[in-house]
Amino acid sequence: MSKFEFPESINSRPVWGTLEPRPGKSHLMIADAEGAEALLELAKADDRLMSKSTILYFPKGTGETYLEDLENLGAAQLYVGPSYSAAVARLRRILQDAHMGLQIYLSGTESLMGQAMREAADAGIPHSAIQTEHRGSVARRMQCVHCKGITDDVMTDPFVCSHCGLNLFVRDHYSRRIAAYQGVCVDAENPGNVPEPVELYS
Amino acid sequence: MTIQFNDETFRDDYTFRNSQWAIDRFPFPFHEDSYMYSVNMEQHQGGPAGSVFEKRFDVDEHYVSEMKDRALVLAEDPLRCQCLPHMTLAGWDLLELIMVSKSEDYPDLFELHREGNNWHWINKPLGIDHKFVFLDETTLPYGPMEYITRQSQGDFAVLDQRDDNLWMDAGMVTTQADWSLDFDIGMNFFEWHAPVPKANEMGIFVRALKFLLNIQQGTPARRLNWTMTVNPLLDTSPENYHKWGVQKTTLTPENIGTKQHLRVELQTFFRLPRSNALVFPIRCYLISLQDLVTVPKWGRRLHRVIRDLPVELATYKGFIDNRPMIVDYLSQFDDGLPTSDGIWPDKNTEPPLQT
Repeated sequence: MSKFEFPESINSRPVWGTLEPRPGKSHLMIADAEGAEALLELAKADDRLMSKSTILYFPKGTGETYLEDLENLGAAQLYVGPSYSAAVARLRRILQDAHMGLQIYLSGTESLMGQAMREAADAGIPHSAIQTEHRGSVARRMQCVHCKGITDDVMTDPFVCSHCGLNLFVRDHYSRRIAAYQGVCVDAENPGNVPEPVELYS
Repeated sequence: MTIQFNDETFRDDYTFRNSQWAIDRFPFPFHEDSYMYSVNMEQHQGGPAGSVFEKRFDVDEHYVSEMKDRALVLAEDPLRCQCLPHMTLAGWDLLELIMVSKSEDYPDLFELHREGNNWHWINKPLGIDHKFVFLDETTLPYGPMEYITRQSQGDFAVLDQRDDNLWMDAGMVTTQADWSLDFDIGMNFFEWHAPVPKANEMGIFVRALKFLLNIQQGTPARRLNWTMTVNPLLDTSPENYHKWGVQKTTLTPENIGTKQHLRVELQTFFRLPRSNALVFPIRCYLISLQDLVTVPKWGRRLHRVIRDLPVELATYKGFIDNRPMIVDYLSQFDDGLPTSDGIWPDKNTEPPLQT
């Protein structure tokens, strides 16, 4: 139910996969909201994984839904935090202390996976070596190409830039370095003529 | 050869003009009466005397004013020039390539004197006389790529080569056809071309990448690309699109000849020796329709190309709304006569417009 089949798109748009256990000395799992379901399935696929795993989890709108199940996985460490951004320093420290043989698993929203992937890539792990699985909301993290401000959890096209207030349309063009899709002024050639916002993939 | 440098603007009052010399040597991009994507690469080993293909880095009457415009763009938005840390050596490679090429190709305008790593660069049009130490960044006011590309017309994408791909890891981009270096930096060849319609399905990018990966030192390549721009605006950036986009709505049948410009990119590709990076200069040439149709062959052909261009391409190139007006205007300069093959104006052999 939490899985969504994204339609085929352009080459810069990320393609998310399905998590599977890989051999590794240690495992770092980062998930938000319904992303917890992918971790629960991952643990089921290999019951030896969790004793070597660190989990960073952000429930977002799901509240307590998955907490008990996650606690029962017996992870070496389970951190449940209020937001991804609050945990960035913690994540950087974990990556700094990481050794060869670390496996990374990301699941949940595109915003969470994109940002965590960027941190891992900055720490020297190739993005192609990181596993991902999309679950839950199809909301996007958008960068305004005009003011460069980020608006997270964008659910409609067009939307209003939370920084400069321009009405932006949602492109599929994606930057791993910015961990965001590109938003471009929708009424530049016809000021004030802003189409009615439509929910993404509706 | 002496060039009279224009004092002109590419914004606000738009005083940009092409002289007769610039019109005659304009790189008209259509070799036949229709257009579709192709891997239209050829060797960049000179070209007819006086043409924009003759020198490795063409310098023309717009040089000084284009460099002023670039400085204005960078002052407003320094992110138009970026260089990921591993690309500094490629920046030195590029600086060397441009300084050596320009001093050899335009000895009356540029001089380079080298004693080991102690270099003396003289750029007469811009009034620069500078001694610095090659490969020592502390002796330049900017990084090497920024330093030299503030003195060179056209945008520059500097591409790292690894994993059988090219990566947009550095660039100076202020005269772009609506793409953002700040957004695209770090992307590979397929990712930064992702928004281009059709070409991917046609296999264009796979073939183009194969070609580019194999470019060797001393054998640069080139191709032409094109779009349409209202007003001679060099900085058609996505960053400023909310400001310039509305200019597209100012076209009228009366002003279209002077306002609507054909925008042509001379794209060249050079392998860089130390870094093995590829530099991809993208030089922008603008011409008003009114000037372009003074060449009968070009007037006939541009009308046919624009009229018959697939909708997706006209949309992607951003002139779908104005296409009917452009075609109306150009149709006055198409008498239906056949046109000669190739891009050259052929002014002496092509018949004048029949009325």
